[in-house]
Amino acid sequence: MSEYVIEMCDIVKEFPGIIANDHITLQLKKGEIHALLGENGAGKSTLMSVLFGMYQPEHGVIKKDGQEVKIKDPNDANRLGIGMVHQHFKLVHNFTVLENIILGVETVKGGLLKMDDARKRVVELSEQYGLSVDPDAIIEDITVGMQQRVEILKMLYRENEILIFDEPTAVLTPQEIEELMKIMKNLAKEGKSILFITHKLNEIKAAADRCTVLRKGKYIGTIDVAPASKEEMSEMMVGRKVSLQVEKSDAACGEKVLEVEGLSVHSKVGGKHLVKDVTFNVRRGEIVCVAGIDGNGQTELVQAITGLMKIDAGKVVLKGEDITNAHIRKRNTSGLGHIPEDRHKHGLVLDYPLAYNMVLQRYFEPQFCNHGFLKFDEIYRYSDALIEKFDVRSGQGSDTIVRSMSGGNQQKAIVAREIDRNPDLLIAVQPTRGLDVGAIEYIHKQLVKERDEGRGILLVSLELDEVMNLSDRILVMYEGEIVAELDPKTVTVQELGLYMAGSGKKEA
Amino acid sequence: MLYFIIQQMMYFSIPLLIVALGGLFSERSGVVNIALEGIMVIGAFSGIYFINQTQGALPGQPVLLLAILVAAAAGMLISLLHAYAAINMKADQVISGTAINIFAPAFVIFVARMLQGVQQIPFVNQFRINSVPVLGDIPVIGPLLFQNTYITTYIGVGILVISWLVLYKTRFGLRLRACGEHPQAADSVGINVYKMRYAGVLISGALAGIGGLVFVIPTSTNFNATVSGYGFLALAVLIFGQWKPWRIAGAALFFGFMKTLSAVYSGIPFLVGLGIPSNIYKMIPYVATLILLAFTGKTSCAPKAEGIPYDKGSR
Repeated sequence: MSEYVIEMCDIVKEFPGIIANDHITLQLKKGEIHALLGENGAGKSTLMSVLFGMYQPEHGVIKKDGQEVKIKDPNDANRLGIGMVHQHFKLVHNFTVLENIILGVETVKGGLLKMDDARKRVVELSEQYGLSVDPDAIIEDITVGMQQRVEILKMLYRENEILIFDEPTAVLTPQEIEELMKIMKNLAKEGKSILFITHKLNEIKAAADRCTVLRKGKYIGTIDVAPASKEEMSEMMVGRKVSLQVEKSDAACGEKVLEVEGLSVHSKVGGKHLVKDVTFNVRRGEIVCVAGIDGNGQTELVQAITGLMKIDAGKVVLKGEDITNAHIRKRNTSGLGHIPEDRHKHGLVLDYPLAYNMVLQRYFEPQFCNHGFLKFDEIYRYSDALIEKFDVRSGQGSDTIVRSMSGGNQQKAIVAREIDRNPDLLIAVQPTRGLDVGAIEYIHKQLVKERDEGRGILLVSLELDEVMNLSDRILVMYEGEIVAELDPKTVTVQELGLYMAGSGKKEA
Repeated sequence: MLYFIIQQMMYFSIPLLIVALGGLFSERSGVVNIALEGIMVIGAFSGIYFINQTQGALPGQPVLLLAILVAAAAGMLISLLHAYAAINMKADQVISGTAINIFAPAFVIFVARMLQGVQQIPFVNQFRINSVPVLGDIPVIGPLLFQNTYITTYIGVGILVISWLVLYKTRFGLRLRACGEHPQAADSVGINVYKMRYAGVLISGALAGIGGLVFVIPTSTNFNATVSGYGFLALAVLIFGQWKPWRIAGAALFFGFMKTLSAVYSGIPFLVGLGIPSNIYKMIPYVATLILLAFTGKTSCAPKAEGIPYDKGSR
């Protein structure tokens, strides 16, 4: 009997134009939580897909308990006791929890489904691991965190011994993340072996026993987590020293680029105030950060300024010009840059090649367009230049369909496009959401650089670290109102947290 | 009079019900089946031609039952084309369905002329049951449901109950529905999405084929390469029924009633007395379809992955 439940030895997996896994070895001990760390595009997901039978490796072997095994499809993986929680859950939205769990391994009696036994086992498992899942709830009615537990139950119901979690925390709230860590530790205690894909160092420190690091498809090393520092791990991951702190000088503020006066937005249903009488300004050369817990009107505020949503009252002035009712294109061409919150919905046309996405707001300009005909040579030349300058990585350069790119590189493409338009005001909404340390550092540096070049920056962020590190002024939003304006140099994280929770309002 | 209307209504409602249930199986598996009309034509042609050839040699009811099997087999055969295009070739499902709709009538006219010189295929209607033994004698219910009827009416009701059972109470149904909603999820738990979708389309073909035959028998004495848009009406019934068997049954009865109204209004003195041109009455079922779909389209709960070819590779 081998020491390892699963060994992946010397795995090579190639895709057209890219070697996703270049001789990678991964060894998982029984009962451990093993983190797989790497930047976006490092090959973590590919490696796990190989283990789960979704891809066949060109080279290398997989061993289970020391025995070599062939995993040709997810069914093989299942038979070997390997289960996976995918990043995008594989749940049928209008089925019940129970139906989703038993799907594929149903018990039948006389041709009809036999749900009673299944229900009993699901309830038992749910209690045993402290998951508190209601078997009769419909998937679309329960929270994302709860859906994830259903995925975990799916694996437990199939008696899987090796559990793979693909970036499980990306979609969770901080409280849910804490719960998940607890659940994972519980599972490991019960003898399950866990593989945990992530690029978040905090979570590795909090939960993992060992950690294997990949970089650009290559195997870097496996370390014990306890003695390692976060800096060491991030250096392994990125390949150079990464400063988790943003370096910047004091702001040199100039004239006002954005003035917002008494801005209100009503909800379309119920007429509730989503944004209520908000007044503030952004000056050249400063980063103003709108902090707040998700859903306190930040999204609507930004959409009102950028023209994605109608304003019910108030005024938006850009560089002295009233743009309250201007078209979106007018706003864009008068110096507004927008890194949107939802990069898939408002940032990119996912099924277009990268080159077209790079000129989404500019294709009509004489540089790219001649009497209504697009100048493709010019578009591609421009796109190639941006890719080069901002180091956007993709399989086929300007021809890459954006959907196939990693999230980090999609975001980089948007940042490149927006910054290169030289906006006077750059609105960045959660610009680093879902990105790894390297990309976060890069985007933070770009934002500071833009600031130093005299642009006004309005940053909306949910991450307290980001707010404290980057901003020159903090506006706290709570229930659609700006409840405080703070100086990041004097305010503590705890105070900021209190304001965000709405309790600072009464004292002020 | 009421008895007569109800009996008439069954002639229209039952084929609609059967065909719409066929559509249900296909669409719940994730394949849009706009080819119902064409499949009905093929099914009706095969079934009627079978009756035309065997009539006289065999007694009435067994001929009908065999004809139903023939129609089902023919429907499955033609739906195989749709399945292959939609599932293996990942073609646009509306287009491959439309192709079948265009192909079917032309094909049956061609074959009918080859076989017997004219395109109409005559048959003798010896299938009507004047009164079901015992049940037909029950007061009220007897004349309502068990007189002047066809065995196909009860087959239709049987198909309804079985469809509901299969879809909601069996392993097959659970998997089929999963493929229509979230094929990636089904695939990840080891269900063969392609196989389930084939099953869905083939069942749909069988039912639509039966529906074609069932539609022609009580309403005509020959088959002339058309089912008068009933395949499309069945699609409307499917949508109005929100992809759920019992609601589809309700919708089929409703449309059947509308159709009956347009067919028998001349026998109802009150309606004749209104002096509305007969064309208006004939429009009723179709206008009702338009209006209902306009209103129910919004709250549609169509299967989520419907119409999207399943590709293992895409995320």
